[in-house]
Amino acid sequence: MEELFIYVVIFGTLFGVFGGAAILVWFERRLLGIWQDRLGPNRVGPFGIGLALADIIKLFAKEDWIPPFADRFVFVFAPTAIVMAMLLGFAVVPYAPGIHIANLNIGLLFFLGMTSLAVYSVLLGGLASNNKYALLGGLRSAAQMVSYEVFMGLSLMGVVMLTGSFSLVDIVHWQADNYWFVIPQFIGFVVFVIAGIAESHRLPFDLPEAEHELVAGFHTEYSGMKFGMFMVGEYLGLILISCMIVTIFFGGWLGPAFLPPFIWFFIKSFAFICFFILLRAAIPRPRYDQLMSFGWKFMLPLTLINLLATGAIVLWI
Amino acid sequence: MDMILKAIWSQLVTLFEVLRHTFTKADTVEYPEEMPYLAPRYRGRIVLTRDPDGEERCVACNLCAVVCPVDCIALQKTEDDHGRWYPEFFRINFSRCIMCGMCEEACPTYAIQLTPDFEMCEYDRQNMVYEKEHLLISGQGKYHGYSFYNVSGKSIEDKDKGEARNEAPPVDVRSLLP
Repeated sequence: MEELFIYVVIFGTLFGVFGGAAILVWFERRLLGIWQDRLGPNRVGPFGIGLALADIIKLFAKEDWIPPFADRFVFVFAPTAIVMAMLLGFAVVPYAPGIHIANLNIGLLFFLGMTSLAVYSVLLGGLASNNKYALLGGLRSAAQMVSYEVFMGLSLMGVVMLTGSFSLVDIVHWQADNYWFVIPQFIGFVVFVIAGIAESHRLPFDLPEAEHELVAGFHTEYSGMKFGMFMVGEYLGLILISCMIVTIFFGGWLGPAFLPPFIWFFIKSFAFICFFILLRAAIPRPRYDQLMSFGWKFMLPLTLINLLATGAIVLWI
Repeated sequence: MDMILKAIWSQLVTLFEVLRHTFTKADTVEYPEEMPYLAPRYRGRIVLTRDPDGEERCVACNLCAVVCPVDCIALQKTEDDHGRWYPEFFRINFSRCIMCGMCEEACPTYAIQLTPDFEMCEYDRQNMVYEKEHLLISGQGKYHGYSFYNVSGKSIEDKDKGEARNEAPPVDVRSLLP
């Protein structure tokens, strides 16, 4: 029975996040349309929701071309890496009390590790394409992710100090007993959100694929379902980061009792997904050196100060 | 520090301003379901009109063909039994036409006119070539009551020189000799 339940959760997560990623393709365009005073795609099916299906069919039916100058093995491997890494990241997300795939005692570290592995996908994709735009995109993403990874991890350490555990389930339980971490760890929350956007290279931090400068960045040479994998990986990253923000800073499944815990988790995550799309609609992309100096000169000191302050409070108060 | 706070504030204002657009109406006009308003003088599909008597207005002067910047108009002059000129054929190649309206401006008889209709897509390019039977309409178009032969000095069968509206009889120049 226990065994069966874990399979249900695993397959539920798998289909849930893939379905969510497919729906997001449509939903994001629709929201962007609303915020730019357009209508967005509304032709296929009710509200245009059939566009998700049409997009999937299109991606599968397109010619999947591997350029003759590319490094074949790495070229094929790269898009799978991002989807694998992001899916593994979902393994530690607690959706509701008892509903999680794995309650690792290093859950937070596992999540950080998996998002770091996603860098390889972008980097290898850019390198294997053997194309100067792709290489530049891969180079940028490597530098961006390595530097934002630093304080993405550090911003969470305040939470870990207060909780005394890396397990995400413990973090949510601590919030049930006390208060949501967004209050004591507000700086950590802001830094994590910004680093999270940079990690899933969404706008405004999508410099690896800045289409105005680099054609399409690291996936310039990709077509068909390989490009689709990058796209799905990006949306999976978006969902994963939203889930993580909710779990760590907004009390995960906690909420007034008139709705079941899972619904609360879903609503909060959905709100954050909408917020990320709003960021895309509103904020322009920074220049590359601005991105770097913002990361190293502003975010990192801010995180360190937050860390020191939290440490001092935990130690002496 | 002041600069940093200002920058953060500016980003937040941006986010809020964009979020406010959730409640504004979209500017999009969903064309096939919702037709845009076209003014009467909109420059669309070209027609050939008739005068109040139902005769063709076109006198085959070729001015439209000459002025056409893309040379999409072709016609041939011929003459009927009454001495009226009319085009033997009149052909407009709409796959070339740029709807500039120069032909309408050049036309001395209000024959060629542009109408507020742009929905003339075809699957076969040959169908974009309109002949006179496609162009000629039964009405007078935008300019009512005008008939070229009623006001011009050109003599036709039942109207000699000097008999047109507002026209004096021709002067015998020889009689003016001293």
